[in-house]
Amino acid sequence: MGWLTPTMQDLLLDAFWETLVMVGASAAIAVAVGLPLALLLQVTGRGGLRPLPWLNRPLGLLVNAARSTPFIILMVAIVPFTRLVAGTSIGTGAAIVPLALAATAFLARLFENALREVDAGVVEAARAMGASRWQIVTKVLVPEALPGLIAAVTVALVSLVGFSAMAGAIGGGGLGDLGIRFGYQRFMPEVMATVVLILIVFVQGLQSLGDWLVRRLSHR
Amino acid sequence: MHPPSHHPADGPAIRLAGLRKRFAAGGAPALDDVSLELRTGEVFGIVGRSGAGKSTLIRTVNLLERPDAGSVTVMGRDLLALDEAGLRAARRGIGMVFQHFNLHHRRTVAENIGFPLEVAGMPAAARRARVAELLPLVGLEAKRDAFPAQLSGGQKQRVGIARALASAPSLLLCDEATSALDPETTAEILALIRSLRDRLDLTVLLITHEMGVVKAICDRVAVMEAGRIIEQGRVFEVFTRPAQPTTRRFVAEVIGHGVPPGTLARLPPAPPGQQRRLAQVLFLGPHSTRPVISEASRDFGLDINIVSGRVDEIAGEPFGVMALAVCGAAAAIDAAFGWMRGLGLVIEEDVAWAG
Repeated sequence: MGWLTPTMQDLLLDAFWETLVMVGASAAIAVAVGLPLALLLQVTGRGGLRPLPWLNRPLGLLVNAARSTPFIILMVAIVPFTRLVAGTSIGTGAAIVPLALAATAFLARLFENALREVDAGVVEAARAMGASRWQIVTKVLVPEALPGLIAAVTVALVSLVGFSAMAGAIGGGGLGDLGIRFGYQRFMPEVMATVVLILIVFVQGLQSLGDWLVRRLSHR
Repeated sequence: MHPPSHHPADGPAIRLAGLRKRFAAGGAPALDDVSLELRTGEVFGIVGRSGAGKSTLIRTVNLLERPDAGSVTVMGRDLLALDEAGLRAARRGIGMVFQHFNLHHRRTVAENIGFPLEVAGMPAAARRARVAELLPLVGLEAKRDAFPAQLSGGQKQRVGIARALASAPSLLLCDEATSALDPETTAEILALIRSLRDRLDLTVLLITHEMGVVKAICDRVAVMEAGRIIEQGRVFEVFTRPAQPTTRRFVAEVIGHGVPPGTLARLPPAPPGQQRRLAQVLFLGPHSTRPVISEASRDFGLDINIVSGRVDEIAGEPFGVMALAVCGAAAAIDAAFGWMRGLGLVIEEDVAWAG
């Protein structure tokens, strides 16, 4: 373990923190933007509470476009936008912008699927009881879909951990970047292995937490 | 908030007139000029095969489905004339129970029952008090904090019924409410609906594909086929004197003569110059207790075998159904049947005996 000097320990710790910040902040933004987006897609979609094809189609196309652009290209392509939002185009803060964008599109689709799983009969019953569209969204769709929404967030978090490894390309830092710089470019496979191990444990933890929450909330 | 109207205006509880609905342009109509009136306080059944349009029909009563043409008047109010807020308020005065219960999986029994009250903006404390009144009504006091997944089908439907009654509606719509339940639970739920109707002065409209449900609780029934009402009337009348072939088939499910296939073939051949005919006889009306068979045998010179027989009850009125094998001269049999019909008995010879 001669390679694990105090300096290297600090590097690992800093990198882990950077990963946490990138994943956490972009996930938070993705949930905040992705959920309303998913609700809009679901409500305006075919068979939704208020079908509006003129809004639904372009919105769906936009989400798909963002999802089909490879992350590494998305990151570079939106640099002007990143500079506008974050004030800089390099660093951990700057990396959050493309990560959040990619995660929002990804999560919007996953959320939409979870919302579509809600029993149409429960929605119909709510209509029969005189619920308004807003009440159906807030009291039926979201609460009934909650376990599915949590599962979607879990999947998105795990994917974000993977995406964040690419953030090194714009100086975002994080564990993935550390693994590449030290493990690959400086021939220190033990650093690479440690990074991978930490990521495995981290992802496993996220997944277990997500699964536990879903089980707790399901009541099925 | 618009208070739900609990006091039916004079006149029918529901009046549907000239309803038309077509889902696909050029396709078969789901509703084809349907008109119907429900009297306040009655249990009205609509029976039909799947695809007959009965589900569309019941869903037009609270405008879950908007008809292409026609009018929907509930408790004297023209629902099609209401704006969205008005329609939502009107819907709170119409309870609805569903085949698949449609409960919120993540809400407890009490929270499910309180949902319509929550939607109507009732404060939490008042809601709890109302739910506490409703639970004993459906016998679920012990399950108030259970989740739907922990309940049996019958218990889930009890929750559905309590939820439908939470806003104290005067009208209850039952959309195949017992079709997902076993026969024993079905009987239990039907008895519950009937007793709630009596206690709460409800008017009930139910749709079903099971004639047994109609027989158990309905006062009047309408038979639907291909988007039209082909026959309607008091349950006892429709059951004992069905006019349409479809109605006869439905009625046969419940009134069945119980004659096993091949019975006619096993009877000895009629003597030369005579006939042996099988007939189903419904004994009802004032002469249902008269010794009709021995009189017919004596007065018309006929030999009569009783192949099967039983006594049943529809909507509280008793009737007997018998399968007779009658042997004699053709003219004598015709005369005997004519005499029996004159007494108010219903005689049918073209029954599907093999069934």
